[in-house]
Amino acid sequence: MTARADKPHLSREHMLELLRQMIRIRRFEDKCAELYTQEKIRGFLHLYDGEEAVAVGVIPVLEKRDRIVATYREHGHALVRGVPMKTVMAEMYGKQEGCSRGRGGSMHLFDAATNFYGGNAIVGGGLPLAVGLGLADHMQGHNLVIACFFGEGAVAEGEFHESLNLAALWGLPVLFVCENNFYAMGTALAISESETDIHRKAESYGVVSEAVDGMDVVAVEAAARRAVQAVRENRKPYFLECRTYRLRAHSMFDPQLYRDKAEVEARRKNEPIVRFQGWLQANQMIHPEDLSRIEAEIDAEIAEAVAFAETGTWEPVEQLTRFTYAESDASAIGKMP
Amino acid sequence: MTQAAVQTDTIEMTYREAVKQALRDAMKRDERVFLMGEDVGRYGGCYAVSHGLLAEFGPERIRDTPLSESGFTGAGIGAAMAGMRPIVELMTVNFSLLALDQILNTAATVRHMSGNQFGVPLVIRMATGAGRQLAAQHSHSLEGWYAHIPGIKVLAPATLEDARGMLWTALQDPDPVLIFENVMLYNMTGKLAADAGPVDIDKAAVRRAGRDISLITYGGSLWKTLEAASALAADGIEAEVIDLRSLRPLDDATIMASVGKTRRAVIVDEGWRSGSLAAEVGMRVVEQAFWSLDAPIGRVCSEEVPIPYPRHLENAAIPQAPKIVAAAKAALGRA
Ligand SMILES: Cc1ncc(C[n+]2csc(CCOP(=O)(O)OP(=O)(O)O)c2C)c(N)n1
Repeated sequence: MTARADKPHLSREHMLELLRQMIRIRRFEDKCAELYTQEKIRGFLHLYDGEEAVAVGVIPVLEKRDRIVATYREHGHALVRGVPMKTVMAEMYGKQEGCSRGRGGSMHLFDAATNFYGGNAIVGGGLPLAVGLGLADHMQGHNLVIACFFGEGAVAEGEFHESLNLAALWGLPVLFVCENNFYAMGTALAISESETDIHRKAESYGVVSEAVDGMDVVAVEAAARRAVQAVRENRKPYFLECRTYRLRAHSMFDPQLYRDKAEVEARRKNEPIVRFQGWLQANQMIHPEDLSRIEAEIDAEIAEAVAFAETGTWEPVEQLTRFTYAESDASAIGKMP
Repeated sequence: MTQAAVQTDTIEMTYREAVKQALRDAMKRDERVFLMGEDVGRYGGCYAVSHGLLAEFGPERIRDTPLSESGFTGAGIGAAMAGMRPIVELMTVNFSLLALDQILNTAATVRHMSGNQFGVPLVIRMATGAGRQLAAQHSHSLEGWYAHIPGIKVLAPATLEDARGMLWTALQDPDPVLIFENVMLYNMTGKLAADAGPVDIDKAAVRRAGRDISLITYGGSLWKTLEAASALAADGIEAEVIDLRSLRPLDDATIMASVGKTRRAVIVDEGWRSGSLAAEVGMRVVEQAFWSLDAPIGRVCSEEVPIPYPRHLENAAIPQAPKIVAAAKAALGRA
C-alpha cells in the first residue's frame, strides 16, 4: 500500500491490503500463543487480538521517515510498520537474529531501519519519549510526524498529562493514539477514570482531539489521514482516541475474573476482521479465492518466520554485558537514522 | 503433657498464601487497615496475592487504583498521617520508580522535617527480582537502593514465616516500612505453623549454622545460597547462611557474630554490584570485624547490565548457586 495519500482510497486493492494486514497480525499472534504454550516464547506475551484495526488503520498513513513509539502490546504495530516478521519472531524467541538482538523479547521490539522506537513496557513511559522525538523535529525542521501508541490505562499516569501539556505548549508534531480497549489489566475504564471520555482530556490541554470507532479499520484510517495531515501541516499535536476491545487475556497469566465471558463473546462477533470481511463480502469486493490466497501467503510467511527463529542462534554468554554502553565499533550497535 | 510433646499443627501452603493470610489477619485485627493498589481487587492481584479479599472486605478496603503510582502512594502517606493504616501495594519495584518521589521526599522525610510532629505509619509492599524472563524494565532488584534512605525501613521476607509475620509488625511501626517480596518465591511451598503470627522485623536470622564461612544474603537469593551451602557441605565445607531479613536497619550484631566465628564472608545480593547492599554489608564487616577476617570478602551480585530477555543470559546475569559455591571456595583458598 502506498505510504502517503491525503484522501481515502476505496479501491479494492487497498481494501484487500487492509484486510490482509489485520489477518496477518492475527495469525502471527495466534502462532505466538501456540509457541508460548510450547515455551518457545517466554516472559510476558500481550496479544492484540481485537485491536488490529488501530495499527492497520494508522501506521500505513505515516511516511517512512516518520517515527513510531509503542507499548508492550506492539507486535501488530511492528509488523504493519514493516519490521520483517522473521526478525520479530526471532526476537520473541530471544535469538540474536531478532530485531532487538534477542535482548528485549516480545515487549521490546525495536527497529531503527523503520524508525520503530520500541515497545516500552512501563505504562505511560513512551509518551515523554515521543514528546522528545517531536521536540527534536521541532528544532531540526524535518517535518516528521511522531506517532505514539498507548492504552487508556496510561491516561491515569502523570506522564500522560505532562506529555500532552508539553506537546501542546511547545507545538510539537506528535500524534497521540490512545488505544482505548476499556480495560487496564483487570481495571475497567469506569473504575479508573472520573472522566471516561478520554479524548476530552486532550481537549483540555488545547490539543485537537477526536474519538473514533477503533473496530472499524476504514474509520480509523480516515481519522488517521486527517490527523497525520493536521500534524504535518500545523506542526501541533493531535489526539486520536480509538475505541476498541481486547478479546484475549491481558497477558498469558490472566484468568479474567473481572469481566463476563458473555461480554467478550458479544465483542468477538463484532471484531474488526469479521466486521470488515463481512462488509467486503456484502459489497462484493472480496472473493473466496482472495481470502484463501491471502491466508496461504500469510501462513507461508509465518512458517518462514518460525523456521528463521528456530534456526536462529543464542548470543554467547561471554557477550552478556554488551550494549550497556555504546561500543566503539559502531557497526556492532546498528546504524541510527 | 511436657513441652516437648506439644505438637504444633502445620499447614502446607505457598508463600503467596502466607502473604494473603497476613493481609487478611491485619484487615481483621484493625479496621483502620486497608489495601490499595493496581488490580488488587477485581483482578485478584497481579501475583494473585489478594485474590478473594475483595469479596471478603469490599471495595472500600480492597481498593483498586488507577495507574497512578505517585498519586496513590502519596495518598497512602496522607491517609497514614491522618490515622489510617494503609497498605499500599505497588505491583512491582519497577513501577515504584514512579512513586519514588513520594516515598523518598515525603514518606521518609516528614517526621524529620516536621520536627517529629508528624509520622507516616505506612506499609508499602511490592514484588521484586528477576528470573521470569521479563527483560530489562520488569526485572529490577532495587531494595538495596531503598535501603539507602534514612526514614524508612526495608524488609525482605524470604520464608513463609516472615511472609506471614512481618506485615503485622510493620503495621505497628510508627514509620514507613517497605516490604519486598521476591517474585520467584510466590509459588514456593512449605509448612507454616497453624498459629503462625507476627515476627520481629529487626533481626537477621541464621538459616544454617556452619563454622567455615558466612554466606550473607536475603530474599530470593536465600534459597540459592542454601543450595550452595548444601553443595559446599558435600565438599566438606560448612557454610553458615545468614538471612538479613531487614535491609534497613541492618542487624550488625548477627553479621559480626557469624563472621567473628567463621572469619570469612561472601555476600549474595541480586542488586547490581556497584553501590549494592552487598557493598554496604561488606564495608560494615571491614569496619567492625576487619581483624577477624582471614580472607578478602567475596560478593556475588548481578552483572552490570540491564536484565536481558533470553533465559541463558538472564540466568548468567543474576546470582546462581554455582557462582556462590565458587565465591565461597575462592574465599577459602580452595578455588
Ligand atoms: C507504570 C506501570 N504500572 C503498572 C504496570 C503493569 N501493567 C502492565 S500493562 C498494565 C495495564 C495497562 O493498560 P492499558 O494502558 O489500558 O493498556 P492495555 O494493556 O490495555 O493495552 C499494567 C497495569 C506497568 N507496566 N507500568
